[in-house]
Amino acid sequence: MFAILRDLLRYRPEFRLGVILTAFIVAFACLSFVSPYPPQDQFVVPPDVPPSWAYWFGTTSRGQDVFWQLTFAIRNTMLFGFAVAVLSRLISIGIGMWSGYKGGFADRVLMSINDTFIVIPLFPLLVLFYFVMRDKMSWPLLALAMACLGWAYDARLIRSVALSLKTREFTQQSVFSGMRTHEIVLQEHLPYVLPIVFYTTMNNMNWSIGLEVTLSVLGFTNIDTPTVGVMIYWANQHTALVAGIWWWIFFPVLFVMILFIGLFLLAISMNEYIDPRSRLARMGGAPG
Amino acid sequence: MNAYAIYALKRLFQFVLVVFIGINLAYLITHLTPIDPVEQTVSAATMFGSTSPEAIQMMRQSLRELYGVGGSAFDQYVTFWRRVLVGDFGPSLSAFPTPVSTLIGRALPWTAGLLTVSTIISFTLGNLLGGLAGYYRDSRTLKAAGIVAMAVHPIPYYIIAFVVLIVFGYLWPVLPISGGYRMNTAWGWNTAFALSIITHAILPVASLVLVGIGGWFMGMRSLVSNVVTEDYVTYAELAGVGRGKILRSYVMRNALSPQVTGLAMSLGSIFNGAIITEQVFGYPGLGTLLIQAVHAGDYSLVIGIASVSIVAVSVAVLVIDLLYPLLDPRVKVS
Repeated sequence: MFAILRDLLRYRPEFRLGVILTAFIVAFACLSFVSPYPPQDQFVVPPDVPPSWAYWFGTTSRGQDVFWQLTFAIRNTMLFGFAVAVLSRLISIGIGMWSGYKGGFADRVLMSINDTFIVIPLFPLLVLFYFVMRDKMSWPLLALAMACLGWAYDARLIRSVALSLKTREFTQQSVFSGMRTHEIVLQEHLPYVLPIVFYTTMNNMNWSIGLEVTLSVLGFTNIDTPTVGVMIYWANQHTALVAGIWWWIFFPVLFVMILFIGLFLLAISMNEYIDPRSRLARMGGAPG
Repeated sequence: MNAYAIYALKRLFQFVLVVFIGINLAYLITHLTPIDPVEQTVSAATMFGSTSPEAIQMMRQSLRELYGVGGSAFDQYVTFWRRVLVGDFGPSLSAFPTPVSTLIGRALPWTAGLLTVSTIISFTLGNLLGGLAGYYRDSRTLKAAGIVAMAVHPIPYYIIAFVVLIVFGYLWPVLPISGGYRMNTAWGWNTAFALSIITHAILPVASLVLVGIGGWFMGMRSLVSNVVTEDYVTYAELAGVGRGKILRSYVMRNALSPQVTGLAMSLGSIFNGAIITEQVFGYPGLGTLLIQAVHAGDYSLVIGIASVSIVAVSVAVLVIDLLYPLLDPRVKVS
């Protein structure tokens, strides 16, 4: 795994940029631990002050410092994305590897269900979920719901890798030497699957953060937990744009965009690395 | 033809499965949660003023019928399915007594139109540019286009739509930013009305295309750059076939079929994007209706929209799947 990271850093400008952008956002989120104001407090600073030396990103109409508020928002948003990614990884790795290794009827049944989850439009379902939960909605609950709905596409990718591993000689060797199915899958195959798991984790985080921002902006989550979407929601509630308080919207949007691009660059550079043809081409080893 | 029939049957089975699982998910979400929609509506309705206990009891009774949540769990399940299959979700609470199906029927064409136009534009443009970028790898313009696609693609629909709204609503107000047509224009087949529909659609379509195009672009570019190393392409080049013809009939044609499969697979998320974008621009489609329904506490309408969305997207995917063999004749043979 370290060798892969070293190669990626050396040969891929996209990966380097992705690391820099993501690290910047993570560092920014970590600042929330030294914030002078608790995230829920209002009217701790004068409201509606434009960006200045005293308040770098300005202040909101609710008397909150946008800079410190945003550190909490980014932290919660990232934690949310990470939680969904980890939870849905459990499902997608499980189903993907099992389906790929078992093949046959089990594979066909699982992949039919899988394709179904890919096709179903999830946004109306999540809105429906909020609609019945209302005040009981919390972000762990939303994360769980999204993990249960958002594993399918990644399971398909993981399955395709598992499928190709199955025909490799070392698999047969392991079978003949008496290893059990779960041992082969966990000990022999998992290391080969990890790069694609990394790739899908980044993509899944982007997906879940995007949906979380969307649902929050509409007010369809717990609007007391500060996330990037919730910040924009409150800015909209106070008609910040009409009132000319552009900094309240601009900085959350800017930072979440940096996060999206950073994660996406990490994902695609890893994905290209997995494909040997493009790896060789990049290192100047082969035509194409 | 026989092989096609088998293929079509398989796709039809998948279609039935998608609808079945999707509707069951909607049922589970609404019925396994501890919250009772009837009590919610009752408490919202009786929040102000005093209502007599008898009246509340009567309200409860009629709401239970209206929402289809009376009787045993099995009865409720059957009622739920009957409503979806017949397409009758009862009257809407927020626009009483207009039936939910009428409201959805009014909104659906807008969403379908927006989705179709923007998907065709982004799919065609993205694949064309991506194909060119994969084939002419040294072109500076195409490399720059690749970087732009890479930067815009990961940003979710809502944020892009929001940024487009800010740019054209506040910084450079030249296009209408809200609604589907001009309010004071009469409905009819005349140029003024058609023009107002087109100008109102520009921004929603543009923001959907902005997000959508990058994925097709990058997918096609990597597919094409793999296809060009195939032997038959080298052979065609050596045989002196023109570059334009190689790109069109040898390279793009082969790279296109996985992209069409990709289109069928990503239709659900494109649909999500469309209804979110609609909400931003106040476009009179399903998305705006859905958000209004949630704010108005209209249980039947929310369930109706979720169910219709699932069925509509599955139908669209089925159509793409059934047309797919026209593009890739290998499906018919195998």
